[in-house]
Amino acid sequence: MASITLNHLVKKYGDGFPAVNDVSIDIADGEFLILVGPSGCGKSTLLRMIVGLEDITSGDLLINGERVNEKEPRERNLSMVFQNYALYPHLTVYENIAFPLRLSKGKFSDEEIDRKVRHASSTLDLDEHLERKPANLSGGQRQRVAMGRAIVRDADAFLFDEPLSNLDAKLRGQMRTEIAQLQRRMGITSVYVTHDQTEAMTLGDRVAVLKKGILQQIASPRELYEQPANLFVAGFIGSPSMNFLPAHVRGDVFETPLGDFPVPQQAAGKLPGDDRIVLLGLRPEHFEDAKFVDEAKVSRGTTFDAEFTHTEWMGNEQYGYINYQQDGNVKAKLDELAQDLDGDEMHPQIVVSLDATSRIRGGTQGRIWIDTRRMHVFDPETGQNLTRDAEAGAELTREATEERKAEIDRARQQLAAAG
Amino acid sequence: MSTKHKVGWAVVSVLVLIYALFPVASILMTSFKAPADLSSGKFLPTQWVGENYSALFVGSARDLFLPSLRNSIGICLIATFIAVVLATLCAYAIARLDFPGKKLILTVALAVSMFPVVSIVTPLFNLWRQIGLYDTWPGLIIPYLSLTLPISIWTLTAFFQQIPWDLERAAQVDGATTWQAFTKVIVPLALPGVFTTAIIAFFIAWNDFVYGIGLTSTEAARPVPAALAFFTGASQFEDPAGAISAAAIIVTIPVVILVLLFQRQIVSGLTQGAVKG
Repeated sequence: MASITLNHLVKKYGDGFPAVNDVSIDIADGEFLILVGPSGCGKSTLLRMIVGLEDITSGDLLINGERVNEKEPRERNLSMVFQNYALYPHLTVYENIAFPLRLSKGKFSDEEIDRKVRHASSTLDLDEHLERKPANLSGGQRQRVAMGRAIVRDADAFLFDEPLSNLDAKLRGQMRTEIAQLQRRMGITSVYVTHDQTEAMTLGDRVAVLKKGILQQIASPRELYEQPANLFVAGFIGSPSMNFLPAHVRGDVFETPLGDFPVPQQAAGKLPGDDRIVLLGLRPEHFEDAKFVDEAKVSRGTTFDAEFTHTEWMGNEQYGYINYQQDGNVKAKLDELAQDLDGDEMHPQIVVSLDATSRIRGGTQGRIWIDTRRMHVFDPETGQNLTRDAEAGAELTREATEERKAEIDRARQQLAAAG
Repeated sequence: MSTKHKVGWAVVSVLVLIYALFPVASILMTSFKAPADLSSGKFLPTQWVGENYSALFVGSARDLFLPSLRNSIGICLIATFIAVVLATLCAYAIARLDFPGKKLILTVALAVSMFPVVSIVTPLFNLWRQIGLYDTWPGLIIPYLSLTLPISIWTLTAFFQQIPWDLERAAQVDGATTWQAFTKVIVPLALPGVFTTAIIAFFIAWNDFVYGIGLTSTEAARPVPAALAFFTGASQFEDPAGAISAAAIIVTIPVVILVLLFQRQIVSGLTQGAVKG
């Protein structure tokens, strides 16, 4: 059990490029923290700095309040699951799991090692594979052996480096659930690197979003989703991602390519002067086919007509696509954002979520309702979210923290009751 | 593979085998021929005799052959062992560490192995006589290292580069020191490479003739290839080819044994299953 504190961590490579730039995070005991970002954002480097495989250029790394910058990986008592599993191919599954125990010479007797290995293997459903070599195992089994090697010793924290990225989609979902349950049951501090936002949203107590080595925002998944700090976080979290619609401020109206929207209450007083351009952040589910909106709700938003290029029916819901004329003033900014998000360029296209029974189809006009109360307004220059309600966001994260504590307490009580 | 392919491959394999093994068979037959039979022009001996072999172990050539066999085995084993140990450490450093002069080491190693042996043997002969290494085991082991080290470093570097670096990192996180990670994870995985390298190095040393004849003068250090040149017939009119053939067959045996022994260790694809990929 441990808390981990990153204090202004910087990692510079030989060419002076900062792969990790001034990142500060407090990871509480028992917390599941996710590091997420597009490729090359420094998340894996940060993880390797915590475990000790990368030197720290400047800043302090504290485990349980003790500075460990200069300590070797083996002295930090952390365990790690590698992206490619890194199993020892010349050893059986049993010996792979026993490896960390055998290294601490004299600390464990053979019986103790055997007991611990068998406990880990039964936790992970590996009992019948103990005598096999890694080469003969399936991807999911190898993944579990790597987990077994991590949980067999009483490490202070688990570190995961994209552990599921090599599995197929179905297995990934299954292992994700297993990791979540395992972490809760053991109540052990975990840091998990991923580029997959589903993993980030479902696993994390808190999620740290990184871009080019700089921490953008760290918050609970709900806060990230509902109160993103800037354009990057807003665009990165959520699938399909948030729509960014250019708008000119004209008094209390946003003039957009899709029509005029009234400035919602939460944006009042926070906007730049008249005629300035802003980006409206609208998630697909903020839209609806106007026919399916309750009378009571209609007045809370606004409606407009649009022509759909095509629709995608997913069974439980339906996505409609609307093209619009891109504003030349923000195109460069949006393309840059798309590149940061691993895309190539931002299409001038709005994705809206429609009721599954909506009859709107590609090539037809549709009347769309939009819930303007939930819209965010971004400054296209700085990327800052002008409508972010920091207090509401903090409240969401506070709730998540309390839920986690209660969950771990329950797990520990159950454990105590069981044995 | 279709039947047609199989037959084709079988024919090619047989042709290659005949091409490669015919000289060996010829030497084997010669070793069983009596001196008078040597120029018969026939492949098989007209009469099978064992006198060439008995000459090597109990007869006239005994004092020449047995010490040289001992020298060859001892010198080559020691040279191989030193070369493999040094090359393992060196190759590991080249494969894993980033240090200035890495390229230089590899280039120099290559350059050394390209240097013609004949041009070095005369200066070495003078030097060795002055410092007392002439006609001693170390006097041969040192030049043999110059032959075996470069190739060992190159092959082992290639082997080490195949081993995923994450395995070592995993071992370090699991609590291993750098040395433990090396001995418990890297060396077991590199073993096939080490054995392959050892065999190659042994062959190079075993087959050397120029250093063997140039840097020795007595049975104190003379290796087999050099000793064969000193074989004589019973009289000056008699051809020693029979005895030389017998000796050639004898010295092939250790090499065959070595390959058979290590064959099991040379298991390719040992790193399979370490990482996804």
